[in-house]
Amino acid sequence: MTKKKQKVALPHPHDPLLRADRIPHIWCPGCGIGTIFGCVLTAIQKSGLPLDDVAMVSGIGCTGRMAGYLNLDSFHTTHGRAIPFATGLKLARPQSSVIVTSGDGDLFAIGGNHFIHAARRNVDMTIVCVNNFNYGMTGGQVAPSTPFGAKTTTTPIGNFEEPFNFCSLAAACGAVYVARWTTLHIRWITDSLLEAIQKRGFSFLEILAPCPVTFGRRNKLGKAVDLIKFLHERSVVRNQIDPKDAVLDFNKHLVVGKFIDIERPTFLDNYQLINRRELGDWPALERQVPRMEKQAKG
Amino acid sequence: MVEKAVLTGTYFMNGDEACCEGAIAAGCRFFAGYPITPATEVAERMSDRLPEIGGIFIQMEDELASMAAILGASWGGMKAMTSTSGPGFSLMMENISLGLCTETPCVVCDVQRAGPSTGLPTLVAQGDMMQARWGAHGHYEIIAISPSSPQEMFDFTIWAFNLSEQYRLPVIILADEVVGHMNERVVIPPADKIQVINRKKPAVPPGKYLPYRPDSDGVAPMATLGEGYHMHVTGLTHDQRGYPVMNDVTQEEMISRLVQKVRKNADRIIRYDTFLLDDAEVAVVAYGISVRSAKRAVAEAREKGIRAGLVKLNTIWPFPEKMIRDLARKVRGLIMPEINYGQMVLELERCAGGFCPVVLVPHAGGAIIQPDRILTALQGALKKTT
Repeated sequence: MTKKKQKVALPHPHDPLLRADRIPHIWCPGCGIGTIFGCVLTAIQKSGLPLDDVAMVSGIGCTGRMAGYLNLDSFHTTHGRAIPFATGLKLARPQSSVIVTSGDGDLFAIGGNHFIHAARRNVDMTIVCVNNFNYGMTGGQVAPSTPFGAKTTTTPIGNFEEPFNFCSLAAACGAVYVARWTTLHIRWITDSLLEAIQKRGFSFLEILAPCPVTFGRRNKLGKAVDLIKFLHERSVVRNQIDPKDAVLDFNKHLVVGKFIDIERPTFLDNYQLINRRELGDWPALERQVPRMEKQAKG
Repeated sequence: MVEKAVLTGTYFMNGDEACCEGAIAAGCRFFAGYPITPATEVAERMSDRLPEIGGIFIQMEDELASMAAILGASWGGMKAMTSTSGPGFSLMMENISLGLCTETPCVVCDVQRAGPSTGLPTLVAQGDMMQARWGAHGHYEIIAISPSSPQEMFDFTIWAFNLSEQYRLPVIILADEVVGHMNERVVIPPADKIQVINRKKPAVPPGKYLPYRPDSDGVAPMATLGEGYHMHVTGLTHDQRGYPVMNDVTQEEMISRLVQKVRKNADRIIRYDTFLLDDAEVAVVAYGISVRSAKRAVAEAREKGIRAGLVKLNTIWPFPEKMIRDLARKVRGLIMPEINYGQMVLELERCAGGFCPVVLVPHAGGAIIQPDRILTALQGALKKTT
């Protein structure tokens, strides 16, 4: 008994970043969002960024609820509009680090136009897309990520549309950092998140996540653990390849890896460049990213 | 840089440009917008003016994004604004609702044109009056004001920012194409003569701060990003902590707060001007550009021996209910000219409460209402009651 009590008293390293008074969370058993949220918290802690100036913005949906559990300045906005809200937030406070977390439906269906333009502008923010292949919050409808032939509540006999390749789209639109992992690639997700958060510019991370309750069940992919394993076992790591070749084929393999890591002036860099005459005596607009020592990869 | 913010002097400029100068004088440093006739000139001047005073101008991909961006900027600590016209105003509704729910100060200038749909993009109308009131989903109170000259585009934009900062909500400027495009004299006073109100900041340390606990005036102090308060802002129904709570009790608490902060302060918010009203036996109640026609009609009526008066509504929402109730008991008729087929007249009729007849002078849009139509209505109102 005494031993158990001692264990309970130990704080979890994530505690300072969690709104513990909001637990229990709303996510279903077996959902991948919790794992990814944990990685986001670890990355924020490792980044060494001043926490008062880290903000999370999310849209609507299961992943949209992430902001509500983060004990930092956090904004839960409207469906599809997390990125333009975050754009205003970031530009009004350039020294901040803005992380947008949302689902595939929020970011690429209703919010698709905002995604491509924020990437083109290279607004300095990190987009974490939890891709669970369907609309989970509303009970499992077809999404722009749903594989061809997959069953959802609005494609009861199979999806007759073809999905987007989000990584390819992000790269084509000008994202400076693009990576994709599954929820079992915990260390890779965390490393990528850390790189993405520290990267100046529009960085994009897609994580293939299990949604056993609405997607897995209808597609006979087994229980949560089976689905996590399925995603992980089908995945093949192909770093640095052209993301248009990083295809997601449920019958063959799911290509993951870090695809893009380039430098490009951000929106505010260029804003300052063009307006230099007027902005000559402005303070440095962009945030100061702490220098990180490269970690040896094991 | 700062001295360029308030361009003190006398100018010949159009309403859209005056709106920008008012915004900047009020402290606006962020503008996100999307081109649309007849509001484009606001964005154009902002793109020219904001960089030189250290502000941010961004042309977004659409009006959905523009509205979302100004909400974000407001939480980033800047005073923010967008401008649009009918079709864009419709697109902004969803995020205006978010702004109301999260109590985000910002200003939306709607330079109205004739609709529905694309309508007459370059010609005047006053068709968004009810959309400003009820266009967004859910129940709320809103503040909307209506300028009738370029000078008022300047003055009222400052007022709009002050209202939005004081009461923490999006404030709508219901301008119209003629007011926006008309060139007139605009006097910009010295900076120290301009009253600027800024949002209340929390006086308590982080940990003690409840982002949605109102002070006695019904409005909660507002922390912004980077101040260490670690607040959560959500469009879900939330309690005083800002946390989502899904039940009817919290909904009641939140909605009553959103409604009461405007209703209880209505007397402080509402403004109107009167013209020859003291001895009037018939009155015109007008707003926006229609005030100009109404003024002429009232003057002509006086020349003909008709004791006509005018009420110029500066605040559209909240509607000056008490004033109209009193007025309806004193006059023999109320005339409302508006460039739509009857929107504000419904509110006028409701407040008149049957104490006097209310007559609409409608116009479908595309031109201003000619004063002689209002004059005819004034004459007709007296004939009917004698």
